[in-house]
Amino acid sequence: MKHLSQPSLVLPGYSRRRFVQGLAVGGAVLGLSPWADAARAASGTDASGGGVPVLAGTEFDLTIAETPVNFTGRPRMATTVNGSIPAPILRWREGDTVTLRVHNRLRVPTSIHWHGILLPFRMDGVPGLSFKGIPAGKTFVYRFKVRQSGTYWYHSHSGFQEQTGLYGAIVIDPAEGDRIRADRDYVVQLSDWTDQDPMAVFAKLKKQSDYYNFNQLTARKFFRDVGDGGVGPAISRRRMWNRMRMSPTDLADISAHTFTFLMNGTAPDGNWTALFEAGERVRLRFVCSGAQSFFDVRIPGLEMTVVQVDGQDVEPVTVDEFRFGPGETYDVIVEPREDRAYTIFAQAMDRTGFARGTLAPRAGMTAEVPALDIPEWLTMKDMMGAMSSDGMAGMGGAAAMDHSSHGGGGHGGGGDAAMSAGALHVRHARTEYGPSVDMRVDTPRTNLDDPGAGLRNNGRRVLTYADLHTVGGPLDPRDAEREIELHLTGNMERYTWSLDGLEFGKSTPLHFRQGERLRVILHNDTMMTHPMHLHGLWSEQETADGEFLVRRHTISVQPAQRVSFLVNADALGRWAFHCHLIYHMDAGMFREVVVA
Amino acid sequence: MKNRAILLVAAFVALGVFSVRAQEPPEKESPPSTDHDKMDHGKMDHSKMDHGETDAGEPDDSEMDHESAPGTPSIAMDHDGGGKMQGGSPPPDARDPHANSGGYDFGEMAPLVLADRHSFKSLLVDRLESVTTDGGSWATYDLEAWFGRDYDRAVLKAEGDFDEGRLEAQTELLWGHAVAAYWDTQLGLRYDTGGGPDRTWLAFGIQGLAPYWFEVDATGYVGEGGRTAVNLEAEYELLLTQRLVLQPRIEVDWYGRSDAVRGVGSGLSEVTAGLRLRWEIRRELAPYLGVERARKFSETKELARAAGEDPSETRFVAGLRFWF
Repeated sequence: MKHLSQPSLVLPGYSRRRFVQGLAVGGAVLGLSPWADAARAASGTDASGGGVPVLAGTEFDLTIAETPVNFTGRPRMATTVNGSIPAPILRWREGDTVTLRVHNRLRVPTSIHWHGILLPFRMDGVPGLSFKGIPAGKTFVYRFKVRQSGTYWYHSHSGFQEQTGLYGAIVIDPAEGDRIRADRDYVVQLSDWTDQDPMAVFAKLKKQSDYYNFNQLTARKFFRDVGDGGVGPAISRRRMWNRMRMSPTDLADISAHTFTFLMNGTAPDGNWTALFEAGERVRLRFVCSGAQSFFDVRIPGLEMTVVQVDGQDVEPVTVDEFRFGPGETYDVIVEPREDRAYTIFAQAMDRTGFARGTLAPRAGMTAEVPALDIPEWLTMKDMMGAMSSDGMAGMGGAAAMDHSSHGGGGHGGGGDAAMSAGALHVRHARTEYGPSVDMRVDTPRTNLDDPGAGLRNNGRRVLTYADLHTVGGPLDPRDAEREIELHLTGNMERYTWSLDGLEFGKSTPLHFRQGERLRVILHNDTMMTHPMHLHGLWSEQETADGEFLVRRHTISVQPAQRVSFLVNADALGRWAFHCHLIYHMDAGMFREVVVA
Repeated sequence: MKNRAILLVAAFVALGVFSVRAQEPPEKESPPSTDHDKMDHGKMDHSKMDHGETDAGEPDDSEMDHESAPGTPSIAMDHDGGGKMQGGSPPPDARDPHANSGGYDFGEMAPLVLADRHSFKSLLVDRLESVTTDGGSWATYDLEAWFGRDYDRAVLKAEGDFDEGRLEAQTELLWGHAVAAYWDTQLGLRYDTGGGPDRTWLAFGIQGLAPYWFEVDATGYVGEGGRTAVNLEAEYELLLTQRLVLQPRIEVDWYGRSDAVRGVGSGLSEVTAGLRLRWEIRRELAPYLGVERARKFSETKELARAAGEDPSETRFVAGLRFWF
């Protein structure tokens, strides 16, 4: 058995500066009365959250406990840090060494994982990989040097504590001062809340996986389709889905039937508000902390200029709307010119609900809240990838001829490895032919300019991955020395989720050799979008042609899509690599990466 | 004739079981071993750890499946039961999912255990109904419970009639094993109680979801004294609205040997076809109304007539469907 060489935890002689506490706004209230937040709107001079406490400095005490909350009219117990949801915003400075003492006041073990943060693996907070977890009643001291800047977040990696409230944002100021100018600076953290015990939610999905989908195909809809377009089209539209025993309306596993969507811990009626003065540049640090929800974010009347993605600078790109999923962060700049309120609207991907807040010149103002979009069916493109007829039409046939450059090893400058002569040769794992996998895609799409199901041709400029270009290029000029391929798989009927058809319990670790640069190919053999998150290492996503595109820690892979990214395996240790939809992760869509 | 039929049924079920088993990965996916003695350190030679040749993405024309070449719209229009996207067996060049482990296991720390290693349980009472015919009324229950993990679980199937204080029941205790994405095989025992002398059977069957959403349950039985039987059930759920569900259902019983003392004749014994309309108050709780027609055939029909019963009857049912 290979023994991991113990990485030496380099402890800088950390400064014994006193704990600096920067509580910006009153304190710890949380949804006990969500309407209280509206009165206390954020003023935004130091990335405050309007009701969400901010802790700054280098020494932090975080106490995890159960706290009563009330988001729906029914009191429930949530898992909180220092009594607030979201947990306090942590404000760090690049170059500092931070010490975070986490006190567990729960009756069960807990943990905190710093999402997107580069650090020694034993500080990464994943029980069973990084450490044993923080037992009930005990304290664990995290300490590491901050080696990056931007917007990140933190959350529990134990059980379903992330679902019950244990998530917060991290804002790291660059060492040399921020290149991004803004007069106001707000964290906008989106999340989902359920009054039910998440374990009960999971058990329901195991018994009836479409439990939460109240937008299923019905006879009523069939007759309406017949009325609209005739019997033939109505039948042929449904035939393939029915034969494959899949639903074209299966957009999200869990809908607003149980979820309430929150913006900075505030339900839509609570109207979380951020203040501005007309003409100012406002920076909004959007963080997707939904446990199981993708959000489509837009601010009617305001265009957004995306400046950072997953904490890393990108060439500014201006859009009307963007979609993001659990784990991802987008920093945008908006410049409201009029002296009026704007609604920050984040609708769930399945269109059953939304999170909402307001950008306003004064507290208490509201703007019109748009109606939810009508949910659209998944298309053949989402099921079959590049071979569907509408896929070919939509991309002018290029999709069918879109060849990944994965043939061979590196891409020397201008090599013709980019365009291979035939279709992409997809190899599924041999474990994808059993009961754990309900479908396989042989002709995936590799283009990154598709905004995704429900956002196509909606009349708005919607961000796509193809629009994101990390400033400064890749961290390492080397090409990939080798490739690893992983297929995202699952069985919706059984509600099992896996990689290569193997759940975590049946898997073996993935070994990255220390110092190597390798390519990881993710191929989505399911009809859901999965936000794939690799701990501890940057994922440098590339285009289908092998050109560097964007540096990320969380990459959302659309249905029937095949993407790839390069990794510098420069951080020793055991790192989690998983789908960040928590119910998928817990079902087994998880791998351990060993860098040694 | 009877023996041939028995052989056919047994062969069908066995074929189903074995052909699907052949699709399973060759080795059991057991948790990685941490027994150091089993690891041959001599093989952990870094020079052999170049996984380049096992990686995907090399377009190898000699192995290319020309059906999936671009410009062949037939793939998108493939109508033969889902085509290559579902089912099937791994081709010879399928990837090894453990190819990139580098010999590492999960280390000495107590490993992370996710829900794929947990057991779940469920009790579904599919029918709990009062049945009314010309000749009288009684109560019927039909439930299914399971306990276990995703691919292997213990299953209890129970159905029975309560009539004037007497219970006639058929109870099955089975071990279910997933063999394909939508199909489980089951093996166990069935106990018939009430309505005559008790009978015990060995039960083996297949349960799952067929294309176009038909729920199918087919079970073969072998009992004492050479008795055999087959039971086939199929259900379909048609959503009229999000909460109103129309469920046609058909059930067929066949016996190899007559069991006159239980009112059962050999050959095709009974066919029941019903239609139930349920209203889902919640997913877990749905009252329903329905109508069912049950007909006896061949020897069973004769036995019923001889006992003064009507071999065909129309039943009106009202009941509750619920699950935990």
